[in-house]
Amino acid sequence: MAAIELTEVTKSWGRTVAVGNISFTVDSGTFVVLLGPSGCGKSTTLRMIAGLEEMTSGKVMIDGRDMSHAPPSARRVSMVFQSYALFPHLDTRQNILFGLKVRRVERAEQERRLAQVAEMVGLDRLLDRKPSQLSGGQRQRVALARAIVAENSICLMDEPLSNLDAKLRHEMRVEIRALQERLGMTVVYVTHDQTEAMSMADKVILMREGRIEQTGTPDRLYDRPSTKFCAEFIGTPPMNILRLSDAGGAAVIAGSDGPAVVAGSGDGYELGVRPEHIGVAASGGVPATVDSCDYLGADTIVSAQIGAQEVLVRTPGRFGFAPGATIGLTWSADDTHIFNSGNGRREQGAAALSVTA
Amino acid sequence: MLLTPAAILLIAFTYYPAVATLGQSFFSAGTALKPSVFVGVENYSFMLDDEVFWQVLKNNLWYAVGTIPASIAIALLMAVWVNGKLPLRGFIRMSYFTPTVLPMIAVANIWLFFYTPQIGLIDQVAGVLGLTTYNWLGDPDTVLTCIIVMTIWKEAGFFMIFYLAALQSLPPELEEAAKLEGAGRWYYFRRVVFPLLMPTTLFVLINAIINSFKLVDQLFILTKGGPDNASSLLLYYIYEVAFSFFDQAYASTLTVVLLVSLAVIAIGQFVFLDKRIHYR
Repeated sequence: MAAIELTEVTKSWGRTVAVGNISFTVDSGTFVVLLGPSGCGKSTTLRMIAGLEEMTSGKVMIDGRDMSHAPPSARRVSMVFQSYALFPHLDTRQNILFGLKVRRVERAEQERRLAQVAEMVGLDRLLDRKPSQLSGGQRQRVALARAIVAENSICLMDEPLSNLDAKLRHEMRVEIRALQERLGMTVVYVTHDQTEAMSMADKVILMREGRIEQTGTPDRLYDRPSTKFCAEFIGTPPMNILRLSDAGGAAVIAGSDGPAVVAGSGDGYELGVRPEHIGVAASGGVPATVDSCDYLGADTIVSAQIGAQEVLVRTPGRFGFAPGATIGLTWSADDTHIFNSGNGRREQGAAALSVTA
Repeated sequence: MLLTPAAILLIAFTYYPAVATLGQSFFSAGTALKPSVFVGVENYSFMLDDEVFWQVLKNNLWYAVGTIPASIAIALLMAVWVNGKLPLRGFIRMSYFTPTVLPMIAVANIWLFFYTPQIGLIDQVAGVLGLTTYNWLGDPDTVLTCIIVMTIWKEAGFFMIFYLAALQSLPPELEEAAKLEGAGRWYYFRRVVFPLLMPTTLFVLINAIINSFKLVDQLFILTKGGPDNASSLLLYYIYEVAFSFFDQAYASTLTVVLLVSLAVIAIGQFVFLDKRIHYR
């Protein structure tokens, strides 16, 4: 069953359209990520689900009921804010129990839930601390606990990990996902960080300029991006997008005298291939000149030039060629994507060719 | 070393006068013929027998009780109101703040026009409604209330600015979080906004108390402390003693009492209230 269903939702301020006519559903018990660059309308969408922002038009259904104009308190959703929004004058216990006190839940019940939730997120020893006496990660846990304790089945999260350092972010990612699965919660999670989306989501909704660019599972978005924007947004380093040109009945990479990479015409099309799918050979393949190497330990990101176009290659371990050397790049046809340079859409019919040494 | 100029100024204009005042309060008032002599606590015992002193002290307490809670409550109310989304918000904020910009003397002149019997605004309105005219400032029973009302009018706008600044520093997510938890506006105000405004309230409270003892400009215009000292306040009485009756010694004595009581109040506030206030 759909826990949340948005139908043709639009939000505009005067002439600026923040969210334009979007529709999607969130299945009960799933983890859905709203992903996109800043200013793409993902937070606004979340706030409209919560009822903190009034929609200009459209419909929001929560658990099968029309909540388009219901106040936030009637929607029975919890929310974790980017800034955590903890009450600075209340200690951890009071912060977590704030909502239960408002709703006049019985005292014994409050204590029972508090104990359970505090144990779950590891706050049992910190119940008497004020937010200012807690670290960033601990504050994050308090915010999480406050969202869980209400026992709403839906939890909205607005970039909850963006204020944490990289290591803690990774830990919390795993923890949030585990909590979600354990409690069977429906989570709508907003982020601009594609790693978070890839690692946590059941379904990713990629947004751009107030519209949905692509919806699908993380591997679907990675394997078959439907637009050039999606291809470049998912994955680090991003996918290489290379302009093509015609050369005697087949397409080659513009500005290179290498082998044909696509059967058919090349003008007006672009070839996408991920850095991790490119192989390096001493000769053969598409000739390229090494620019620089970025050694990361497990692998090296090599920046090279094909004609005037830059291409990134991820190679395992250390890289054997010095800057200035000429190398050959190879890839398999299955790992390539062809886009129309005009509208940025994926070209379904075109036949890519494998490039071998 | 770099503090020396400031220290010299501070000593010359603050500490020396304070200490000198304390010293003078133990001497008799001197004249050309009769130099002042040490009299110990005679000035103080005279003060305890001075009916006018007790009268103005009582007036001052009522004045404080009348102005402080009311002006703070009104300031908070106005601040919450103009902090919201309103048409002409800037204009409304400005009009609430205007009384603060005006000098007390000007304010007193405006209100003098309100209170004047027969031709004053209040009496003109009352006349239209068929009520009899009344000499508001001439009656010992109403004069202090009149002054209290005027002071609230002037002070509330000033305190509002502090509350407004404090309200605007509250992150909007707090209200959103509270809303999602089902808290109504009043609950949110009582449990979140008000406690978070406590540092501002303490600041405003201390200012209000000090002002209630030190702002007496209006008395010069409105009543000169009359009738029968019914509207006289402690500082105005000190002024009278010092510059109308030229009794420097007794004025010093009263000043010492005023300073000590203000100090005690301020310390008391910090000691008792500080622990209960959440500072960010």
